[in-house]
Amino acid sequence: MRKLFLPLLIMTAAMFAYAPVAIQNAPYESTMGLVQKIFYFHVPSWFAMFSATAVCGMAGAVYLFTGRKDADRIAVSAAELAVVFGLMGLLTGPLWGRKAWGVWWQWDARLTSALVMWLVFVAYLLLRKYGGAGSEKLSAVLALFGMANVPFVYLSVNLWRTVHPKTSVVMTLEPDMGRPFLLSTLAFLALFVLVLAARVRLENTRAALDDVYLSLED
Amino acid sequence: MRRATSFVVCLLFLAMFAVAVMAQQPPQPPEGFVPAASVQGQEQLPAAPLVITAYSVVWLLVFGYLWSIWRRIARTEHDLAEVTRRIAGAQRR
Repeated sequence: MRKLFLPLLIMTAAMFAYAPVAIQNAPYESTMGLVQKIFYFHVPSWFAMFSATAVCGMAGAVYLFTGRKDADRIAVSAAELAVVFGLMGLLTGPLWGRKAWGVWWQWDARLTSALVMWLVFVAYLLLRKYGGAGSEKLSAVLALFGMANVPFVYLSVNLWRTVHPKTSVVMTLEPDMGRPFLLSTLAFLALFVLVLAARVRLENTRAALDDVYLSLED
Repeated sequence: MRRATSFVVCLLFLAMFAVAVMAQQPPQPPEGFVPAASVQGQEQLPAAPLVITAYSVVWLLVFGYLWSIWRRIARTEHDLAEVTRRIAGAQRR
């Protein structure tokens, strides 16, 4: 990962630098107009959040079944990223909704389930911080529960009647809208990989420091 | 001949009825996002501040979080180096 870190960092920075130009050049949506351009950062931030939940859930499962400490460190790092990227989605969505729907928030299936999923990962972090000994296993179960929520959140717009656009809008995007969206999505996923690597490094350093302190006590 | 005429009249009547029914159907909204040919003129709620706020929120969160990770890594690595140095010093004595 260390060899890949710098090229990936440069590539991500280039993608984020070009993304505003690509989004600026994308056509206006016919009914929503300018405000629809929030879509190009709003949806990729949720994709990054879903990736973080998947990594957190899978690493949690590995920790539960094998007891590997490194898997637990990846899980806690990914949980923090899930909260950060989820917060981006939760803050940009209402700004879009205020103009498109006339309200900041609707307690419909998509918005409510997304908020609940985000709160699960906030609970994960609180459990890790204040849960004390044994909270690793409990939080790994919580991570699995959070990961299992993802398909319901994603498909909620197709299963129930909501004000939120359906999942089909992504697949039916016009090429002029699809290209900036793809660029933004790749930029967010690359950012997720980079920040996860940095966050795991922090956990590894903390673990090394704990080991040193424990060896001193012995 | 009369039968044929009445048949054609009935057919025309049905066709007119069908056209009238179809004309009253509301137009189906498009499934996905449709690019507008031109920018709409007057908007009641300005969209630009909302778009600028949304992108600012994302950038602030990205840079704020990166700064927080960088600070935590630097502090933890400093602590680790400090403890390791003290242990090495104590062992030498």
